Amino acid sequence: MSGNPMLSIENLHAAIDGKPILRGVNLSVRAGEVHAIMGPNGSGKSTLANVVAGRERYEVRAGSVRYEGRDLLSMPPEERAKEGIFLAFQHPVEIPGVTNLSFLKAALNAVRKHRGLQELDVVEFRGMVLERIRLVEMDEELLLRAVNDGFSGGEKKRNEILQLAVLEPKLAILDETDSGLDIDALKVVAKGVNRLRSPERGIIVVTHYQRLLNYIVPDFVHVLSEGQIVRSGGRELALELEERGYGWVHAPDTANGGEARP
Amino acid sequence: MGNAADQVKGWVDQEYRWGFVTTVEADTIPKGLNEDVIRAISARKGEPEFLLERRLKAYRHWLIMIEPKWSTVCYSPIDFQGISYYSAPKSLKDRPGKLDEVDPEVLRTYERLGIPLLEQKRLAGVAVDAVFDSVSVATTYQKELANMGILFCSFSEAVRKYPHLVEKYLGTVVPYNDNFFASLNSAVFTDGSFCYVPPGVRCPVELSTYFRINAENTGQFERTLIIADAGSYVSYLEGCTAPRRDTNQLHAAVVELIALEDAEIRYATVQNWYPGDREGRGGIYNFVTKRGLCAGNRSRISWTQVETGSAITWKYPSVILKGDHSVGQFHGVALTTNFQQADTGTKMTHIGKNTRSTIVNKGIAGGRGQNTYRGLVKVLAGAENSRNFTQCDSLLLGDRCGAHTFPYIEVKNRTAQVEHEASTSKIGEDQLFYCQQRGLSREDAVSMIVNGFCREVIRNLPMEFAVEAQKLLEISLEGSVG
Ligand SMILES: Nc1ncnc2c1ncn2[C@@H]1O[C@H](COP(=O)(O)OP(=O)(O)OP(=O)(O)O)[C@@H](O)[C@H]1O
Ligand SMILES: [Mg+2]
Repeated sequence: MSGNPMLSIENLHAAIDGKPILRGVNLSVRAGEVHAIMGPNGSGKSTLANVVAGRERYEVRAGSVRYEGRDLLSMPPEERAKEGIFLAFQHPVEIPGVTNLSFLKAALNAVRKHRGLQELDVVEFRGMVLERIRLVEMDEELLLRAVNDGFSGGEKKRNEILQLAVLEPKLAILDETDSGLDIDALKVVAKGVNRLRSPERGIIVVTHYQRLLNYIVPDFVHVLSEGQIVRSGGRELALELEERGYGWVHAPDTANGGEARP
Repeated sequence: MGNAADQVKGWVDQEYRWGFVTTVEADTIPKGLNEDVIRAISARKGEPEFLLERRLKAYRHWLIMIEPKWSTVCYSPIDFQGISYYSAPKSLKDRPGKLDEVDPEVLRTYERLGIPLLEQKRLAGVAVDAVFDSVSVATTYQKELANMGILFCSFSEAVRKYPHLVEKYLGTVVPYNDNFFASLNSAVFTDGSFCYVPPGVRCPVELSTYFRINAENTGQFERTLIIADAGSYVSYLEGCTAPRRDTNQLHAAVVELIALEDAEIRYATVQNWYPGDREGRGGIYNFVTKRGLCAGNRSRISWTQVETGSAITWKYPSVILKGDHSVGQFHGVALTTNFQQADTGTKMTHIGKNTRSTIVNKGIAGGRGQNTYRGLVKVLAGAENSRNFTQCDSLLLGDRCGAHTFPYIEVKNRTAQVEHEASTSKIGEDQLFYCQQRGLSREDAVSMIVNGFCREVIRNLPMEFAVEAQKLLEISLEGSVG
C-alpha cells in the first residue's frame, strides 16, 4: 500500500449553526484500506462523514480535504458522489412517492453517465438490481415501495447497503450502518462491504461496536473525541475500547500526531 | 433553506419554451364589447338564431353582474373594452375543408408545439382538435371516429352540423348566469371542441384539444361540450400554450360534460399557459368554469388536471352527482412559481343516492407563488349513503411562497360520510442532500421529489400525457427552490 492517499484530511475544522464541532481532524485513507472510526456520541463522527460528502449545512472553517489529488471541498455534493464517494446515512431519508427502483436507477445512471458509461436499459438494470438485492437479502417488494417510506430501521440500513452494492463507489463511508441491526443483518452489511473490498477502494466504517469489526476487519481504528482524532491504532484498539470505554483516550495522542501511520 | 437558495440563484433562467409568436394575417374584430360585437361573432360563425339569442341573454345578464372577489388571487382590474373578442387567421375565415388550405404558418406552429396535424404525421392513438385563437384549425381522425358514430369536431362545426345536440345540451351544466366569467363566455365564446359518443360505444382513442393563443390583446373564450350517451366511454385531454408577452391575456373557458346512464368521461388537462416572467410581468389569466353532470345512474366523471402555467389560475372542475350510484373524481396538481397565483380545487355536489366522490389535490408553491386549494363537498338531503374522501397536500419549495387550504363541507343527509385529510410539508434539505449524495443534481432531485409528491395524480393521466406532465413539471420547477 503505497502512493498518495485516496483521501487526505488535514487539520479540518468544521462548525454547524455557528457551533464548532470538528477541531483539527487529520486522517488519510489509501486505496485498499479499511478504517474504522469510533468515539462517544456527539464527538463529531457524522459531522466528519457529512463534511466529506459535501453537506452544505456544515461550515468548513479551516483545513483541507483532498480526494484523488483534487480539492474535495470545492466540489458540489453530487460531483463527489459521481466521483465515487458514497455515504451510507446514519438516518436514511424518506422520499414519498418515488419508488426505490426508480431512485436507484436515476442514481446509477447519473454515476454511469459521469464515468462515460452507457445508461443501463430496463432489462439490464433489473437483472443487476435483482442480483444485488439477493446479496443484501432484502425483500424485493421493497423495490416498488417509496424510498425508505415506512421502512423499518433495519430495512432502511439494508437499503443503504443495496445502494452501495449497486453504485460500487471508490470510497464508501458507512455511518453506523450496524446500529439497530440484528446479528443476521449485521452479517449482511459486512458481506456488502467486504464484497467491495479491493485494492482500488477505500472504506470508512463509523461504528460504536467492535462486534461489526469482527466481520469487517479494519486496517486502522481511530477514536474521535470532541472533534479530534485522539487515538489511532490497529484493530486491537477496538477491543481495548470495548473493554475500557472511551475514558482513557480523551487527551489527544501527541505521540503520533493523532494519526496512525505505521 | 438559505444554502439551497444561494445555490439555486446561480441557475440559468429558464425561458418559457412555447413563447414564440406566429405571424399570420388575421381577421380580428376591433377591441371592445357590445351587442354589435356579439352579433358580429355570431354572424362570422353563421350561427342559428337560438344561439345568438342565448349569447345576447348571457351578455345582458353579465352587464349586471359583479366580478367575483372572494378568491385569494389578486390582479389589477381587467379592461373588458380593451380586449378583442375575435381573432382568426384569415385563411380560416371559412374553415377550410382540407388541411392544405390552412395557412402553413399555423400548421408549423402546431408542429413546433409537438402536435402535427397532417395525416401522415398525426399522433398515434390521439385525435386532436387544434384551436388557434378563436377558431378550430383542424381535427384529426375525424373520419375514423365518425364510422363508429362518434362526433368529434370543433364547436363551430357542431353548431352547423348538429344544432339539435348543441341546443339540447349547451348550458345545461353551466347555465348562462352561472358566474361572472361563465356568463361572459356564454356571450362571446368563439370556438372549442364538441364531442358526442353514442350509446354503448367505447371511444378507442384519446380525444384531445390543443388551445393556442397567438394574437395580442385578444381573449380566448372557448367552449367545450362533451356528451357521453348511455353506456359509452370517452377519455379527453386538453393542452394549451401562449406566446410570452408583457401584458396579461384573458382566457375564460367553459367546459361542460354530460354523462348519461352507465357512461364514463375522463377529462384531463395539462395547462401550460404562459405564466409571466420572473418579475411577474405578463401571463395568462385563466378564469375557467368546468363542470360535469353525472346525469344517469352509475355514471362516472373524472377530472385530472396538472396546472403549471398561467399568471393566475382560477378554476374548480366540478361534478354534479345526480344519478344514483354515480361517481365523481378530481385529481389535481397545481404548481406556482415566481409570482404565479392559483386558486383552484373542485366542487362535488351529491344529489343521488349512494354517490361517491374522491378529491386528491397536490399544491406546490415555489418562488413567490401563492397556491390555494378551495373545495366544496355538498351533500343534499336526498343523497343517502353518499361518500366523499378528500386529501389535500401542499409542498413548499421555499420561504417566500404560500399554500392555503379552504375545504368547505355542507352535509344535509345523516347517512353521508365525508372524510378530509390535509398536510403541508416543506421540501427537505435532508431529502435534497440524500439525492445529491447519490449523484443527482439539485434540479433533478427537486423534480424527483415533486414528481413523487404528485404521483397519485400523475398516474391518473393517460400514459403519454403522464410523461408530458412530468417533463412539464420539471421544466416549470427549474430555478424555483429557495
Ligand atoms: N444544528 C446543530 N446545532 C448545534 N449543534 C449541532 C447541530 N447539529 C448537530 N450538532 C451537534 O454536533 C455534535 C456532533 O454531532 P455528530 O452527529 O457529528 O456526532 P456523532 O459523533 O455522529 O454522534 P453519534 O454517535 O450519536 O451519532 C453533537 O453535539 C450535536 O449535538
Ligand atoms: Mg452519528
